[in-house]
Amino acid sequence: MHIKEEKVERHVLAVLVDNEAGILARIAGMFTARGYNIESLTVADISADHAISRITIATNGPPHVIEQIIAQLDRLVPVHSVRDLTEAGPHVQRELALVKVSGKGENRIEAMRLADVYRARVVDATTESFVFEITGAPDKIQTFVGLMREVGLVEVGRTGVVAIGRGPDAA
Amino acid sequence: MIMELKVAEKSGAEILVQTLLDLGVDTVFGYPGGAVLPIYDALYDHPKIKHILVRHEQAATHAAEGYARSTGKPGVVLVTSGPGATNAVTGITDALMDSIPMVVITGQVATNLIGSDAFQEADTVGITRHCTKHNYLVKQPSDLAGVLTEAFHIATQGRPGPVVVDIPKNVQVAEAEFRSHNGKINPRYQPQIDGDFKAINEAAEMIMQAKAPILYTGGGIINSGPKASETLCQLAELLGAPVTSTLMGLGAFSASSEQWLGMLGMHGTFEANMAMNRADLVVCLGARFDDRITGRIDAFSPNSKKIHVDIDRSSVNKTIRVDLPVIGDVGRVMEQLLAVLKGRKFNAPDYEEWWARIKGWRATNCLAYPESKTEIMPQEAIRKLWEATHERDPIITTEVGQHQMWAAQHFDFEKPNKWLTSGGLGTMGYGLPAAIGAQLGDPDALVIDIAGEASIQMNIQELGTASQYRLPVKIFILNNEYMGMVRQWQELTYESRYSNSYSDSLPDFIKLAESYGWTGILIEDPSDLEAGIKKMIETDGPVLVDCRVAKLANCFPMIPSGAAHTDMLLTPEDVKGTMDDNAKALV
Ligand SMILES: Cc1ncc(C[n+]2csc(CCOP(=O)(O)OP(=O)(O)O)c2C)c(N)n1
Ligand SMILES: [Mg+2]
Repeated sequence: MHIKEEKVERHVLAVLVDNEAGILARIAGMFTARGYNIESLTVADISADHAISRITIATNGPPHVIEQIIAQLDRLVPVHSVRDLTEAGPHVQRELALVKVSGKGENRIEAMRLADVYRARVVDATTESFVFEITGAPDKIQTFVGLMREVGLVEVGRTGVVAIGRGPDAA
Repeated sequence: MIMELKVAEKSGAEILVQTLLDLGVDTVFGYPGGAVLPIYDALYDHPKIKHILVRHEQAATHAAEGYARSTGKPGVVLVTSGPGATNAVTGITDALMDSIPMVVITGQVATNLIGSDAFQEADTVGITRHCTKHNYLVKQPSDLAGVLTEAFHIATQGRPGPVVVDIPKNVQVAEAEFRSHNGKINPRYQPQIDGDFKAINEAAEMIMQAKAPILYTGGGIINSGPKASETLCQLAELLGAPVTSTLMGLGAFSASSEQWLGMLGMHGTFEANMAMNRADLVVCLGARFDDRITGRIDAFSPNSKKIHVDIDRSSVNKTIRVDLPVIGDVGRVMEQLLAVLKGRKFNAPDYEEWWARIKGWRATNCLAYPESKTEIMPQEAIRKLWEATHERDPIITTEVGQHQMWAAQHFDFEKPNKWLTSGGLGTMGYGLPAAIGAQLGDPDALVIDIAGEASIQMNIQELGTASQYRLPVKIFILNNEYMGMVRQWQELTYESRYSNSYSDSLPDFIKLAESYGWTGILIEDPSDLEAGIKKMIETDGPVLVDCRVAKLANCFPMIPSGAAHTDMLLTPEDVKGTMDDNAKALV
């Protein structure tokens, strides 16, 4: 007997939650408990009175699983709303990364050149290293980090995705 | 403007007890320990709250479930930190799976000790996060009344479930101003009660077009309250359609009705499963297309349109895709549906062809069982139990196994809230504590736990609880000397290799019962069955019956897991060969 795998889609969800103790464990734990995937999860408090946080979750799964994920999130008591940005239409996804490379000579020049092409900013430099700051859609960051690997990547830190719908209205 | 009056301060423990009283709690199932001593001390001064001292915290949770399921009120549990809380986890999970309203108060080590691996510390909120509907750690006594009020609201509203409130010991001792929170409702959890009007109309439309409709009902109807069962009867009457139910929904619809097909699913009747398979419209009312019901997903009711009424949106399209979801309280939605159908002057056709086919399936007489003069057939025992007791509207609880399925098949339920069983989690050890809880909820009721000799041993210590509170609970053990359901699966799936399913070294149940002050009755011979049952009913106080039944009887009909409704096994002769790995991998 073999275990079958299903085709998956990537969806980005924006979840508004009460900013209370344990909320992250509740959300993340629901994903593990029910066997859903988390590609990335970011959270920060967004309301003036610090009562509400916005969680952005990039997840993947077959369509019926995505539908379940949304319903399961929605039934958690501290969850106010769940929006499927992928389903809702055009939206902007951004992620920030800090990328450290070290090297001398040709590699160093190449790193600088690539950073320029990808609009990464230098936020720290020594004679043998750079730290670049880059923002963009996740795949752009992915590509940039891949290139840096070839010219002396030391370490990388990524924020995970935040996303918001285009146009004047809230999602 | 409301005047802000200065209010007296109370300790967290007193606030807790006062809030419980304000919320109408009169019964608490619990077990003391270091981390709840302040609460137990506060209870000492409040005789209005009846505290039932169980013998194991798991039993407190099942007793609370039994109380809740039979009365419709939330069950309340009080246990200490660490082992008290972990012992309660099984019952909490059971309540989550079966949507039972329950509030569990757990003691916790003082806030300054949390995280230090203190004596009897356990991360109760972490451990119970996924087996509760919601849970809390209360860090200030001033939050207690608000949290408890919300906890009861969440436990009882929408799809009911267990809520844990973890209270550190210093929060029980510290003081805060106390105002009664009575009557305040919680704006952040307001489930939808009324069905969407457009959806109801569409449902009515689908019903009016159906030629072979079936009503598939579940525990949601019981949860919605007795009125929902009445509405179901009216709806069924108007439609003239057959009705079947899940294990959890038994009793919502009268088993003596002509329209009743019996239970659905793995051990359901042939006619219910065939009708489900051949229907052109399935109206699912407060049920959730559980795998015990559907069998093989792609073969489940393949040609029907499906309407799903549920208060929990996440139940919709979880396993079976439906054509029309209606989110709302099932009782309320049925009322709305009735109103629309009547408004449209719906006159049900007599579905002549449909009923003729059902009649054909009924003729298989699928619940028939082999007779014996020498052995007591377990099915016969259940039937005789029903005959002797049904006029008294007994409350039946069960453990888990063959006896549970035989009870579901052969005991006819007429009313809601009389059938208490662990459906979703299938917890052996549920029945005795649940019977204790039910008896407390209705002291005059005849409460019988239909048990297996293996299951009953899982919470046998509760014999003492029933004695202490003078609860005349009856236990009827179908003693087959096997974990019969396990043995049956081993027989069917593993060529009768009975690995560890024999109930060896059984106690003398009669002596055991007597040592707790119970009456014990042994029934061994078929000719003693009726007299034994009569004696059980007529004996005051708690009675345990050890009824020795046929050891190798199997529970049929049965849909092997992963098979289609149409592949039902009706008799042992239908079983051939071993199952393949795919079937073995399914539970
Ligand atoms: C706590 C728990 N452990 C294990 C099981 C698996 N299980 C299901 S039925 C069963 C046998 C029950 O035996 P008994 O109580 O004698 O009932 P019978 O099937 O013989 O009627 C077992 C072990 C379970 N349901 N619950
Ligand atoms: Mg047994």
